[in-house]
Amino acid sequence: MSSIDPRQELADRLGLAEVPPARFENVAEVIERLRQNDYLSDEAIASVTFLADRLAKPVLVEGPAGTGKTALAKAVADAVGARLIRLQCYEGLDESKALYEWNYRKQLLRIQAGRSESSAEDWSALEEDIFAEEFLLTRPLLEAISATEPVVLLIDEIDRVELETEALLLEILSEYQVSIPELGTVKAKQIPMVFLTSNNTRELSEALKRRCLYLYVGYPDVERERDIIISRVPGISTALAEQIARVVRSLRNLDLKKAPSVSETLDWARTLVLLGREEIGEADAVATLHILLKYQADLEKATKELVGRGKALA
Amino acid sequence: MRNLLGEFIVELRAAGLPVSMSEHVDAARALTAIDISDRDMVKACLAATLVKNGDHMPVFSTAFDVYFSNRHASGADLGEMNEESSNADETKGDDPNATGMRGSGRSRGMGGGGGSSMSAEELAEMLFKAMQSNDLNSMRSGAREAVDRYAGMEPGRPVGGTYYLYRTLRNLDLDTLMDRLIAAGTKADADGLEERLVKDEAKAKVEALKAAIEAEIRERLVDDRGAEALGKSVRKPLPEDIDVMHANRDEMAQLERALKPLSRKLATRLARRRRKRRRGPIDLRSTVRRSLSTGGVPIDLRFKPPHPAKPEIVVIADISGSVASFARFTLHMVHAISSQFSKVRSFVFVDGLDEVTHLFEESDDPAEAVARINSEADVIAFDGHSDYGRALLVFHEKYASTINKRTAVLILGDARNNYHQAHAEVLADLKFRARNVYWLNPEPTSYWNSGDSVIREYAPYCDKVVECRSLRQLEAFVGDLA
Repeated sequence: MSSIDPRQELADRLGLAEVPPARFENVAEVIERLRQNDYLSDEAIASVTFLADRLAKPVLVEGPAGTGKTALAKAVADAVGARLIRLQCYEGLDESKALYEWNYRKQLLRIQAGRSESSAEDWSALEEDIFAEEFLLTRPLLEAISATEPVVLLIDEIDRVELETEALLLEILSEYQVSIPELGTVKAKQIPMVFLTSNNTRELSEALKRRCLYLYVGYPDVERERDIIISRVPGISTALAEQIARVVRSLRNLDLKKAPSVSETLDWARTLVLLGREEIGEADAVATLHILLKYQADLEKATKELVGRGKALA
Repeated sequence: MRNLLGEFIVELRAAGLPVSMSEHVDAARALTAIDISDRDMVKACLAATLVKNGDHMPVFSTAFDVYFSNRHASGADLGEMNEESSNADETKGDDPNATGMRGSGRSRGMGGGGGSSMSAEELAEMLFKAMQSNDLNSMRSGAREAVDRYAGMEPGRPVGGTYYLYRTLRNLDLDTLMDRLIAAGTKADADGLEERLVKDEAKAKVEALKAAIEAEIRERLVDDRGAEALGKSVRKPLPEDIDVMHANRDEMAQLERALKPLSRKLATRLARRRRKRRRGPIDLRSTVRRSLSTGGVPIDLRFKPPHPAKPEIVVIADISGSVASFARFTLHMVHAISSQFSKVRSFVFVDGLDEVTHLFEESDDPAEAVARINSEADVIAFDGHSDYGRALLVFHEKYASTINKRTAVLILGDARNNYHQAHAEVLADLKFRARNVYWLNPEPTSYWNSGDSVIREYAPYCDKVVECRSLRQLEAFVGDLA
C-alpha cells in the first residue's frame, strides 16, 4: 500500500506552498511536552492528540465536567506554541457570531459616501467594493482559518448549540475552509489543530462525529490523580495528595448525583494545604467535604458512608 | 492487517456500533501513521477513529481483546508485544514459547490442575503479594496460573467463558483474599475514614484481578476457536438495546447506569424542542432595538419565546414479577423529565391499585422514589397475581374524574391477566375522557395474545399499543409524548 500522508494531501488541497511539519514526533513526546505545561495526560489522551496532528483531523473530547477537557486544548496550544482561539458555544449561537458577519454600518457609510457621484454604472463597482474583506468582521472560526501563524482552535461545549447550528462547523472540520457567498472560499493558510469539547448533554449529530477523532476523558485513576494534585497544588506532600486521591475515588464509587470532578479535587487539596493539614482525619473530611460535593443529599450520603454511623455535621 | 481490520469492523457493526465507511478509512489511515507493534497504541488509535460514544467503549474493548488478542494467530502483524507475557512465563518456570504455553495450559486445565508447579496456597500467596504491591505483571501471571488450575477449559466448547470465569473465581476464594488485603492495609490507629479507604482500595484490586482472569480466559478461547466464533458468543448488546424483561443482574446494573444520562439528554432535547417549535408573538422592544443597525427599518423581526401547553400524564403501571423492572424504568424516566409535563401522576398495581405520586414528589431523585415503591405501595388486594380488570375498575372509580382532555394516560404492562375478567369497557370510558391512551407492552409483539395475554381486548381503546422492550424504544416513545 502506497502510504498517503494525510497532512501532505490536505496541504495540496489547501494549496499550501509546503507541508507544515508535524508537531510531535511520537506519543512519548506528547506526554512529555504536555507535562512541561502542567498537564498530566495518559496514554489515550496523548495517543489521540498525536493522531490528531498526524491525520490533521479535529478531536471531539467528551466526558464529565471538570476532567480537563478544555485544559487539554490550552495545554496543547502552549506546548506547540500556538495561539489559542476559543469559540464558546451557547444556545442561539449563529453564524454571525461563530463564522463571520458583514459590517453593516461600515457598508452603509460607504454607500452614503459614494452617493454624491453615483450613477448606474458605478453600482457594480460599489457592490464589489462593499463585499470586500475590508467590510468583513471575522469571528473565531474564520479567524482560525485565516490566521497565518499556527493556531489551536477550541470549540467549547459544542453540545450547547442546536443540532442545526452544528452544520455550520462541518465545512471547517472536514475541509478547513469557509465559504462566503459574496466573497468565495477562504481556505486555511496553515493546518490548525481543532478541539471540540462536549459534556454529553445531548447526542451530537453523526455527521459531526464522523469528521472527528473521538476521545473520552473520564475520571483519572488514583495514581494519575495524585500526580495531577502534586503538579497543580504547590507545597502539598505526596502522602496527602495520595490520601486525597483515594478519598475522591471512594466518593466517586458512591452513587452520587454529581461525582467530584478533578477541578473540585484540586480545590479541596488547596484548602487542606491552606489549613495546614498533613493528613485527613475524619473531622477535617466532614468539615470540608462541601468543597467536593455540591448537593445536600450527596453530602449526607458521603458523610454517612465514609465516616460511618451517626456522626452529624458539626 | 487490513483484512483483520475489516473483520473487526464487521464485528463492531454486529454488536450495534454504527461504524461508517469513512470511519473505516480513517482507521486504516491512522494505522499507517503509528507503530502497529504497540498494542495499546493500536487500541487507542482504533478507539479514536471507530467509536464515537463513551458508552460504546466497553463493547469496543471486548471486541478488541478478541480480535487483537495478545496471542492471536495474526500476532505476526502485531509484532513483539508477546515479549512481556513470555517474560512472565519464564519467571513461572514455564515454556517461554507462547504456543507451547498455550498447549500445556489447556491440557493442564483439563487435567484439573494436576501438573501445576504451585500449590493452591502458594498461588493465593502469590496473588496476595502481587496485589498488595500493585505488581501488574505478577498479577497477570497469577491470573494465568489460576485459570490453568481451576477453569477446567475444554477445547471446542461453544461458550463465552462466563462459566470458566465463575469456576475460577469460586475456587480462588476472593473474599478471603480481600479480607487479607484489608487486614494488611489497615493501620492500628485507623479511623472510620481510613478503614473505608482501605476497603475501597482492596475492592478495586480484586476487581482488577477479576478483569485479568477474564481477559486470560478470553485469550485462550480465541486461540481455541478463533476470533469470529468467539466474538459472536461474547458479544454484548449496547445498554440501550438490552431486553429489559430478560436482563440478568449485570445487564440490569448497566441499565440503571444508562438510565440517568439518557433521561437527562431526553429532557434537554425536549426543552429545546419546546422552545424552538413555534414562535411566540412579535417582541416589539427587541425588534426596534435590532432595527437600529439597519437605519430604523425593522428588517429582522424578533419573537417572544413561546409558551406551548404541556400535557398532563397519568401512568398506570403493573409492578408484578416479570414486568416490574420495566415499570420501574418507565416511571423513573417519566419522572426524570417531569418538568416537560404540567403534571405527572403515577399509579402502580398488581391486583390492587395505589397512587405513588407522592413518593416522587418527596424525593428529588427518581431512583430513590422507585426503590421505595416496592416497600411502600399497597398493591396486593387478594392473591398477588396481576388483575388488570380490577386495577382499571379501581382506578376508574377513584380517579376517573381527574382525567380530562389534556391528559395522556399511559398503561404499562404485558396484559397477562391470569384469566381474570378484562373489563375493557372501563378503558373505553377512560379513552373517551382522556386526550390519549397509550399502552406500552414490554413483551415482543409475537407473544401478544398468547396464553393469558388479553392485549387484543384493550387494544381497540388505545390510541397506540407499543412494543417497548429496550431503553432505546422507551426513550423514543417518551420523547414523542412530550
